[in-house]
Amino acid sequence: MKAKGSVFKYGDNVDTDVIIPARYLNSSDPKELAAHCMEDIDQEFIQKVKEGDMIVANKNFGCGSSREHAPIAIKAAGVSCVIAETFARIFYRNAINIGLPIIECPGAAREIEAGDLVEIDFDSGLITDVTSGKSWQGQAFPEFMQRIIQAEGLINYINSGKTDSK
Amino acid sequence: MGMTMTQKILAAHAGLDQVEAGQLIEADLDLVLGNDITSPVAIREMEKMHTSGVFDKDKIALVPDHFVPNKDIKSAEHCKCVREFACKHEITNYFEVGEMGIEHALLPEKGLTVAGDVIIGADSHTCTYGALGAFSTGVGSTDMAAGMATGKAWFKVPSAIRFCLTGKPSKWVSGKDIILHIIGMIGVDGALYQSMEFTGDGIASLSMDDRFTIANMAIEAGGKNGIFPVDDKAISYMKEHAKKPYTIYEADEDAVYEAEYTIDLSSLRPTVAFPHLPENTKTIDEIKEDIKIDQVVIGSCTNGRLDDIRTAAQILKGRHVAKGMRCIILPATQAIYLQAMEEGLLKSLIEAGCVVSTPTCGPCLGGYMGILAAGERCVSTTNRNFVGRMGHVDSEIYLASPAVAAASAVTGKISGPEQLEKGVIER
Repeated sequence: MKAKGSVFKYGDNVDTDVIIPARYLNSSDPKELAAHCMEDIDQEFIQKVKEGDMIVANKNFGCGSSREHAPIAIKAAGVSCVIAETFARIFYRNAINIGLPIIECPGAAREIEAGDLVEIDFDSGLITDVTSGKSWQGQAFPEFMQRIIQAEGLINYINSGKTDSK
Repeated sequence: MGMTMTQKILAAHAGLDQVEAGQLIEADLDLVLGNDITSPVAIREMEKMHTSGVFDKDKIALVPDHFVPNKDIKSAEHCKCVREFACKHEITNYFEVGEMGIEHALLPEKGLTVAGDVIIGADSHTCTYGALGAFSTGVGSTDMAAGMATGKAWFKVPSAIRFCLTGKPSKWVSGKDIILHIIGMIGVDGALYQSMEFTGDGIASLSMDDRFTIANMAIEAGGKNGIFPVDDKAISYMKEHAKKPYTIYEADEDAVYEAEYTIDLSSLRPTVAFPHLPENTKTIDEIKEDIKIDQVVIGSCTNGRLDDIRTAAQILKGRHVAKGMRCIILPATQAIYLQAMEEGLLKSLIEAGCVVSTPTCGPCLGGYMGILAAGERCVSTTNRNFVGRMGHVDSEIYLASPAVAAASAVTGKISGPEQLEKGVIER
């Protein structure tokens, strides 16, 4: 499994209130949520983002509320992966559960710059910044996690009967 | 190797004698909860699952509290979805408007959360029940769906930080000041993925409401859970409220902690978190400039309990909110509302120029009932002061205790209650 796209870069403690403000939580429709994704931190994000693009941020990405609407909005906006130094724990769990790839890699998170073209190989965990020529070894995605992502979420994965422990 | 309190509870619910930090376990759940924002997503996921129903209709709690009474048509549709699901699956603990309250104030009051429980909730402040000696943590809607269907959840066993509380806090220092002080000290990711375990002889001087406030904000330091030992106060609270038996777990003497802090409660001062992170704390004495404010909110799962309303009324009784100030009081549950009425607290507050709302999360997350315009400032007893949390991205939130919030409502600028008592500030 691979991803390639250009990067939107943010700082520390990007919280779920800026990822998807609560004023839009009266909807749970992914497309409607995506239309307001990152609105309170970067008004241009939703106009500029293209299928496959990535978000790179520093520490504690996704802190705050448990709203699964946050990774849902990011995924529905077309983002192929989020790279950060660290993730808040509920966001981390939610992202995997809904099938949004995320990688903790402090080196890549610090050095990748906005607008860089980045390629990720989820089998090996290799992150390559095509623009700068640098690369970093992130954690490889275990097979079951790749299957959750391919099934577009935990529930579909469970239903597909492909769990290891049946 | 010794286990922490959290590790012991998790081990018992995974059917294991011993667990250690980092171990992946599957635990039985005593309660799975959700609200009107997160449950519709969970219900949609659960309906996709090849399952016949919920694992136990008595061990699920559905509490519409965020946007209720319904704030608009879309919210009404969400609440209807939750109501219909509760009806279809005969969920015992579904709380309709009229009997509801803010979930984390309501469930302990209804006796549904007790010491020794493992609880997950699709709301980040689910960590509140640690005040009673339960392991409780926030999850997303998918985990809630899987929990409702199977009664189980997987966890990575957390390591822990120990906070040893000593001494007795001074008159106007509450649980809110203690947790803000701690978040200011360790940062908003200071306890990332970890348990925050509170110990020490200082706990005895904290009311249950103080403890709920402290455990509630463990998530604001990134914590997986916050937990208190079960003492006489916790036992008497559960004897009054609990609808099921409780189990007391104690940390082993040789339990391993990643870090330990000792905090002398008598040295703490009323504390305020400045925009836009709960870690940006200053004591009231460190605030030298006049910070004029437009609105005060006293309520939420953090500070909408009876102690909080009593403190606000004590300060506002016989005084008046400043000209041009909006002071919004939200008792967290119907029972708190009723008690506040019977004690005459609501009368004092209304006479002082406050408005009193039905229980709702409303303004805390920028839902309704007190949204901020560009450039406006609010002193709030809620839990997050992120950019745009209560309204416009150019508004500002200052997190504080009910005492500081009430005093600020009187003066129109951020003020401590001592300044009112000493008459330092002229109205």
